[in-house]
Amino acid sequence: MALTLDDVKRVAHLARIAIDEAEAQAVLSQLNDVFKLVARMQAVDTRGVEPMSHALDLVQRLREDAVTESDQHSLFQSVAPHVEGDLYLVPKVIE
Amino acid sequence: MKWETVIGIETHAQLSTKSKIFSGAATPFGAAPNTQACAVDIALPGVLPVANREAVAKAVRFGLAIGAKINRRSIFARKNYFYPDLPKGYQISQYETPIVQGGTLTIFVDGKEKAVRLTRAHLEEDAGKSLHEGFHDFTGIDLNRAGTPLLEIVSEPDMRSAQEAVAYAKALHAMVRWIDICDGNMQEGSFRCDANVSVRPEGLDKLGTRCEIKNLNSFRFLERAIEFEVRRQIEVLEDGGTIEQETRLYDADKDETRSMRTKEDAHDYRYFPDPDLLPLEVSEQWIDSIKSALSELPQAKRERYVKEYGLSQYDAAVLTQSREMAEFYDRLVGTLGGLYKLGASWVTGEFSAVLNRAGLEIHQSPISSDRLAGLLRRVADNTISRRSAGEVFDAMWNGTMEADAIIAARGLTQISDSGELERVCDAVIASNAKQAEDYRAGKDKAFNSLVGQVMKLTKGKANPQQVSEILKRKLAG
Amino acid sequence: MHNATIKSLSAELAARKLSSVELAKHFIKRIKVLNTKYHCFITLDEEASLKQARAADRLRAAGSGQPLTGIPIAQKDIFCTRGWLTTCGSRMLSNFISPYDAHVVERLNAAGAVNIGKTNMDEFAMGSSSETSYYGPVRNPWDVSTVPGGSSGGSAAAVAARLAPGAIGTDTGGSIRQPAALTGICGLKPTYGVVSRYGMVAFASSLDQGGPMARTAEDLALMMNIMAGFDARDSTSLEREREDYTRELGKPIKGMKVGLPKEFFAKGAAPGVVKAVEAAVAEYRKLGCETVGVSLPNMELSVPVYYVLAPAEASSNLARYDGVRYGYRAPEYSDFTDMYKKTRAQGFGAEVKRRILIGTYVLSHGYYDAYYIQAQKVRRLIARDFAEAFKRCDVIMGPTSPTTAFKIGEKAGDPVQMYLSDIYTIAVNLAGLPGMSIPCGFDAKGLPVGLQIIGNYFAEARMLNVAHQYQRATDWHTRAPKGIEVN
Repeated sequence: MALTLDDVKRVAHLARIAIDEAEAQAVLSQLNDVFKLVARMQAVDTRGVEPMSHALDLVQRLREDAVTESDQHSLFQSVAPHVEGDLYLVPKVIE
Repeated sequence: MKWETVIGIETHAQLSTKSKIFSGAATPFGAAPNTQACAVDIALPGVLPVANREAVAKAVRFGLAIGAKINRRSIFARKNYFYPDLPKGYQISQYETPIVQGGTLTIFVDGKEKAVRLTRAHLEEDAGKSLHEGFHDFTGIDLNRAGTPLLEIVSEPDMRSAQEAVAYAKALHAMVRWIDICDGNMQEGSFRCDANVSVRPEGLDKLGTRCEIKNLNSFRFLERAIEFEVRRQIEVLEDGGTIEQETRLYDADKDETRSMRTKEDAHDYRYFPDPDLLPLEVSEQWIDSIKSALSELPQAKRERYVKEYGLSQYDAAVLTQSREMAEFYDRLVGTLGGLYKLGASWVTGEFSAVLNRAGLEIHQSPISSDRLAGLLRRVADNTISRRSAGEVFDAMWNGTMEADAIIAARGLTQISDSGELERVCDAVIASNAKQAEDYRAGKDKAFNSLVGQVMKLTKGKANPQQVSEILKRKLAG
Repeated sequence: MHNATIKSLSAELAARKLSSVELAKHFIKRIKVLNTKYHCFITLDEEASLKQARAADRLRAAGSGQPLTGIPIAQKDIFCTRGWLTTCGSRMLSNFISPYDAHVVERLNAAGAVNIGKTNMDEFAMGSSSETSYYGPVRNPWDVSTVPGGSSGGSAAAVAARLAPGAIGTDTGGSIRQPAALTGICGLKPTYGVVSRYGMVAFASSLDQGGPMARTAEDLALMMNIMAGFDARDSTSLEREREDYTRELGKPIKGMKVGLPKEFFAKGAAPGVVKAVEAAVAEYRKLGCETVGVSLPNMELSVPVYYVLAPAEASSNLARYDGVRYGYRAPEYSDFTDMYKKTRAQGFGAEVKRRILIGTYVLSHGYYDAYYIQAQKVRRLIARDFAEAFKRCDVIMGPTSPTTAFKIGEKAGDPVQMYLSDIYTIAVNLAGLPGMSIPCGFDAKGLPVGLQIIGNYFAEARMLNVAHQYQRATDWHTRAPKGIEVN
């Protein structure tokens, strides 16, 4: 099953990546090559096989409820693109 | 056509942990912007989440409290979407396998009991806050709230009116506070409800198209928003229109709901198991230890009050509306060593009324359970009359003197000397011959007037029951 | 000095025959001359390196030196290093001074190692040639017209060109082993969970694993002693007893069973590669090992499985790069969605965008089961193949890469061809097993060939032993490329 140009544009929007028509065309053919490769895996009979999410069959370790972090916002915000009044600023978000 | 309203509620309860669900940053509300947003919370490259044991324990406690199934193994998933207050570009949540499934919550509407079924409750992290005011053309992002643990509690569409929805929200609110998993502060956003509302022709099984109403940060708004929305939907349908499934925002100023600009890709969250977090396992022993540490739940307490203490369903329900109230009552009857009904009538009556008038919470009451017990002892042993007790209570509320001191200072001790009461009764019968005659002729009303006269002459210090006994005996003679 | 191993440099430092400052200055001088040629490093900070070297000398003087105290180690620019530019080879992080240290970096610092510079790499570790870097391609010291492999190509080339005695890398689908093979050095990808991922910029979280790169197995063991260990900040970090990875180096390997998967030798591998690997296997037989035929029937599916799972995880892991809190932000945009789209379109390179799109697609509504779940199921089949194989052998051997170093630009336009260059390494990441590559000869063009050694879970010490015994009997690991001398 091949992807369409609309698929590429929809996915690019979902992933928040600007893409113009020419790029979308180029990416489309590359993605279709990749999905041709991927198709080999789709033919495998995996009935009764548990999906494997993690390399090791272990369960989650939990942390005790303790405050271990102190305020470092000045340090963190020293690398931020736009900060004012200790807030990260972004173009106006309209709801 | 008659319409039936169908409501389901989704609640986000912030779990009252010291640190965040996946980081060691602090959680208190109201800190200066971004001072409680650590490297993990602001999603620096390379940071990783580690889940907070206490958040998990609180979710389990909730599940146990509502009689739900605790999934021994649950999965954290990533819900992917872009928003400036979502630093990672995904929210860690639970999708296919939540930690809590099923359960019920009992609500009371118009004195009738109803069990609302719950679908699920799952753990997730809160997002940060977008501040739209104060910056021309910009939105400010404060990530202090990002990563605060949330329990998202989803009900079945079991509510049939705004009143039921509010009763459910209040019962849930009382429950999360009762089991101490959430502070319930709605102004600070610790307890937030969204309502899924639809209407259908009465008698039809098929559900109508629903709208989700957001931004309901008080019980009053919840009620009004649902009422508005039900009216709106009925109007649309009766005009031959159709309801669009959408998210609507309640505007408290205009008292209406309006459509939110829908994000076209909002439905494609690309959930998948978070590879940074292994399956969450809750052992049987852990569940047992949480269960054994759980204090008596409202429903059990209510039933015990009725069965063991002989209280009315109503009093039992009122007393178990909040954990503070029930604890006050338990302390009171504990101190008194019984007197359950007397205690219940005072706590649900006078005591609640005066707190309401003063706008105070139980823990702020100037009358502690011990002080109130001091008063009720004197009521129980007939030292003071019911009328004097009210006076003593008021004095206690306004001052620091204890009940006995007030009774002594004001000379409110009830006349228990029967000789003196007999004399007063004789005098009253003598000077009210007409009423005495009426009573003997079968007019019960006349008797109350005679009792009143005796009470008046004794300045309320007589025991009305004793007075009525004496009068009855004398009039019968 | 630069031809010496970590082990011998450590001995000289301990004997006070050499100071850490001298050592650091020596390598810095070499880097300054040769980096223009090989492009191994993105960031150098001479003052910071020398400061660490001086501190190391004080530690040595105080008698509290450890094996790595004063040893210059190059760090792949995927590790967050406090106060250092940490770019991950991307324009997106081209201005990101890390405010914190990765766990591995903390451990190296605590051991007194000297960060000699941050190495170039494929952008966000996505690539097998180190060509996708925003900072331009790394060149293979054995032939500067060829690639050094990737994604840890800068680290590999730096070690091969004797610009650092050791380096740290990361391996998601072969990113330590394949460049090690292509540059004629040694690299180890440990069992998943042995080295903390905290502070390693995430690519595919369920596959990523940090590891050492050096010229001998013995040096890898010394580095593993520092890099491995439990970290409470990584939920997938394993709580295990500390291990001494050098403990088995000297053991004889006589009688050890070496599994040779027929799929590794069946087709696809270049003749020069097969020849060198077969010679290495013959050498092992000489050392007393027994070879057994094993099969990994699902291994050929590892590339398609990987190109579903890794992009899926990456599409989510890379969602945080939005120009809001750090990193690149597009200079012009109309609204906040436009800011996101332009920032990400300009900040990411073509390969990263391609993988984000693949990952977004396979996770999106309606495709999840067919791609993601199916890939996870086949992943289990691949892991089972290894479990079966390890019932019959102690270690598995085969080529690390189907070819030796290829020309810069040769595969850049054909993603699928590039992806297939990891055919022998990816399955190991999918299973979570430890794998390593050691040099085992050269092809007709004089380019190095790598022998891959795959062990069972937590068999790192055993694998290092297997590699070390080979290196006692052969000298491939001592060969140096030409043109690395500095006057």
